[in-house]
Parts: sequence; structure tokens; C-alpha cells
Amino acid sequence: MDEALLRSLTPGVLTALVRRGADFAAAEDAVQDALVEALRVWPADPPRDAKGWLTTVAWRKFLDAARSDSARRRREDRAGEEPAPGPAPAADDTLQLYFLCAHPSLTPSSAVALTLRAVGGLTTRQIARAYLVPEATMAQRISRAKRTVSGVRLDRPGDVATVLRVLYLVFNEGYSGDVDLAAEAIRLTRQLSAYTDHPEAAGLLALMLLHHARRAARTAPDGSLVPLAEQDRGRWDTALIAEGTGILQAALARDRLGEYQAQAAVAALHADARTAAETDWVQIVEWYDELVRLTDSPVALLNRAVAVGEADGPRAGLAALASVDDSLPRHTAVAAYLHERDGDLAGAARLYAEAARKAPNLAERNHLNRRAARLNTRLRKTGGRPD
Amino acid sequence: MAKYLLLKHYRGAPAAVNDVPMDQWTPEEVSAHIRYMNDFAARLEKTGEFVDGQALAPEGAWVRYDGEGRPPVTDGPFAETKDLIAGWMIIDVDGYDRAVELAGELSAAPGAGGRPIHEWLEVRPFLTAKPAVTGE
Repeated sequence: MDEALLRSLTPGVLTALVRRGADFAAAEDAVQDALVEALRVWPADPPRDAKGWLTTVAWRKFLDAARSDSARRRREDRAGEEPAPGPAPAADDTLQLYFLCAHPSLTPSSAVALTLRAVGGLTTRQIARAYLVPEATMAQRISRAKRTVSGVRLDRPGDVATVLRVLYLVFNEGYSGDVDLAAEAIRLTRQLSAYTDHPEAAGLLALMLLHHARRAARTAPDGSLVPLAEQDRGRWDTALIAEGTGILQAALARDRLGEYQAQAAVAALHADARTAAETDWVQIVEWYDELVRLTDSPVALLNRAVAVGEADGPRAGLAALASVDDSLPRHTAVAAYLHERDGDLAGAARLYAEAARKAPNLAERNHLNRRAARLNTRLRKTGGRPD
Repeated sequence: MAKYLLLKHYRGAPAAVNDVPMDQWTPEEVSAHIRYMNDFAARLEKTGEFVDGQALAPEGAWVRYDGEGRPPVTDGPFAETKDLIAGWMIIDVDGYDRAVELAGELSAAPGAGGRPIHEWLEVRPFLTAKPAVTGE
């Protein structure tokens, strides 16, 4: 069964129910019930008209729930009705759904969960597994999110930037368990950029595609991280790179630069280099300058220091690093790398070990500990002198 | 979207403000304390932030490998162990500030005299398995 197809039908079915008069929260529950049933029934008995099936079943689920609801009396007359054909949901409806699920009144984790369920068509169980929390917790998070946006009307345009932030968060979760959140984020961003001509939506899609293209090369078979400079570039997905680069160029041509386009430009320059040595670091520094100008983000400043170190040498990189907030999680890791490049192996080994203690995730911690161990082994062999 | 461990210690944490051992409380005070903890967990379930909560027996044993074909060596319990974990709660929240806020509430559980214990809870972030995709 094509689960991606099933999921892609979700927003249309949901907006169809809302158009027939169901309120958003009840309609969303009904669509979820219909999805769960589809996952159960379709493998053995696939429907001819998938969307028609889903709409009919979701509408019935909605009526069932409405009947057993405390407000049954008020709704009973509606219960006898067959689903009205109704106009086909327009792209605008789906766009409104994105805005609602990423509404600024929601916390990031709530917006992510609601988007994945209502727009993405994932089941609560799948979302719970992807985020490693109990299913009951995720169910509560979603119903609370729906209560929060219950007063929001679906008829006003929202802020594309908040939607993009939610999709960016989903993408960064990557792949864990049975749901590929990175692929899901790409699907949803692709759909979004078909409904809006916002250049940053295209920028984010390009950014995702260019990073996704490197996925196979990013980890070794044992699960350890492979840094960009050491990746087997033959394993990069050239079709995704071509697509991402094309989308980015079209977005940049519109001359409305934003942070995602700038980040995608950096990713595109990496993708463009056949070897790590051929990387155009001077241009990458320029894009980080743009990114700092656009976002004033300390992380962008930190990444800029790395790029300066490559473009103008490690001393210049360390000078750039000196003005970056040293409480950032990866500040010490960058310092270690620049010291290593500068030939200060003992200093670098000490900094790598310190960076490992501060690492926010296991893969990075293991990577940094290996770096420290490698330098310390070399230092022991050469009696403390660089070889 | 970050997981934190709220760690409760039998021993090893700095002294609480209302530092009276539970066996010196009234039974009603014990019940009120337990009810507070249960209500706290239930509330976190409702907000979609609860992951797990467990209590531990105060005594355990040390176990280690003792070579091929031999049973593991066990030792203890050691009364002199400085740090003793009483239990934990795992939460999944939007960030560190929220984790601290919740730990503060949990620390306000009532103890002797029905007054908050003000016990010190240890807040430890979980390491995720992998870095962010765009963090490369």
C-alpha cells in the first residue's frame, strides 16, 4: 500500500469535512480514524477511488462521534444526511491548514505534532514513535494543540515564516524508527511551495533537498558521523542536488533573499565541489555574512568562523571565533578544529575532549572523543611534537 | 522537544529546606505528598509532556563481569554510597526553561507540616542520538 499517497490525501479530506460544516477538531479526529482504518483495510482490499473512500469513511466517523457526543440532540438532524458532494477543496484550503497547524499561539512541539497529523496524515502512534514519547502523551499534545487553535478561523492568510520554521524542525529530526521525518518534511515543504510562491518556501525546499542528498554519505556503516570533508562524494545523490540547485537558483533570481535561501546557497556550494579541497570557501563566507545580516544568529556566526578558517587560514578563523558567544554548544568543537588546523595538536586534543563533554548528542560526542583520542595517540608516538 | 530527566535523590543532593524524613510526618502528610506527585504526573500527561516516571528501591547491588564462563560477581549493598537515586521523571518539553519550571513545581511537593519540601532535584538533559540534519 502506498502510504505516501494515503497521507497526501489527508489535507483535502480534512478540508472537505470542514467545508461540510464539521468543526476543525472533530473533523481532524474523524480523518485520523479513517486513516487508521485505511491502514488496516486497504492492504487486503484497496479502494478504486482512494480519496472518495477516505472522505466517505471520515464523514461517517464524524457523524458517529457527533451522535455519541453530549450535544447529540442538536446534531441529530445532521446525522441522517448522506455526505453532500461539495466543491473540490481548493489549494487555498490546504494552505490555510498549514497556517492553522503552525499558528503562533502553539508551542513548537505542539505545532510540529499537529502539522504532522492534520497536514501530514501520520497517525498519533507514528508521531509518538518518531519523537520517542508514549502514544498517550502525543495524543494529549495534539488534542491540546487543537483546543488552542479552536477559536482561529480558517479564512485569513497566516504567516508563511511560522510554517517554514515548523517544517525546518521536522526535517532536522531526520530519521528515527519507522517514520522518516526528513522525507516527510520534504514532502510537506514541496506541497507547500506548490501552494505559495514565497521564495523562502522554495529556499527551504532547496535546503532540505541539498542536505538530504548527502544523507547516505553522512554516516559510516557503524553509525558514526562522517564529517563533510571526509564524505565519499560519489555517494551524494546527484538528482536531488540538481533539483535543489535548480529550485534555489529560481528563488534567488527573484531577489528576495531570506535565511533559508542563504543556508541553501551554502549547501549548494558544498554540493558543487567535486572534492573537499575544491570548496569555494570565499563564497561560503559571503553567504554566511548575508545570513548573519539576515538573522543575527550566533550559530551563523559560529559557522562563519569555520568558513573563515578554511578561506583565510586557521588563525583568521580563530580571530573570527573570538567574537562568537562561547556558550554555544559547538563553540569548543570549532575551536578544537581550528587549533588542530593551526598545528597546535595538544591544545586541539584538550579542546576536543572538552567539546565531547559538552556535545548535545551521542554521535557528536563519539566523534569528538575519537578525534581527541587520535591526536593524543599521535602525540604519544611523537613525544609531543607535531609529526 | 527535548527530553530531561528530573532526578530525585535519597542521598547525595544538597539538604532540602523542609528536611524532615518521611517517617516523621503524619500519615495525612504522607498521603498529601503522594497525591501531589500523582497529580503532577497526571497533569503532565494532559499537557503532552510526560514520558516516564519510576521510583527505585533504596538498596541494590553492584555487579560486574568476572571472566569467561564465570558468573558475574555481585557485591553490596554498600551503606556508605554517597549518592542514592530515589526515582525519576522523564519529561519531553520545549526547552530548558520549561524543564526548570516543572522541576521547581515538583520540588514544591508538601512534606512535614504540609509545607513544601523545597528538595533539590537534579535536571539532566538527554543526549539525542544524532545531530540535527542541517547542523553539518
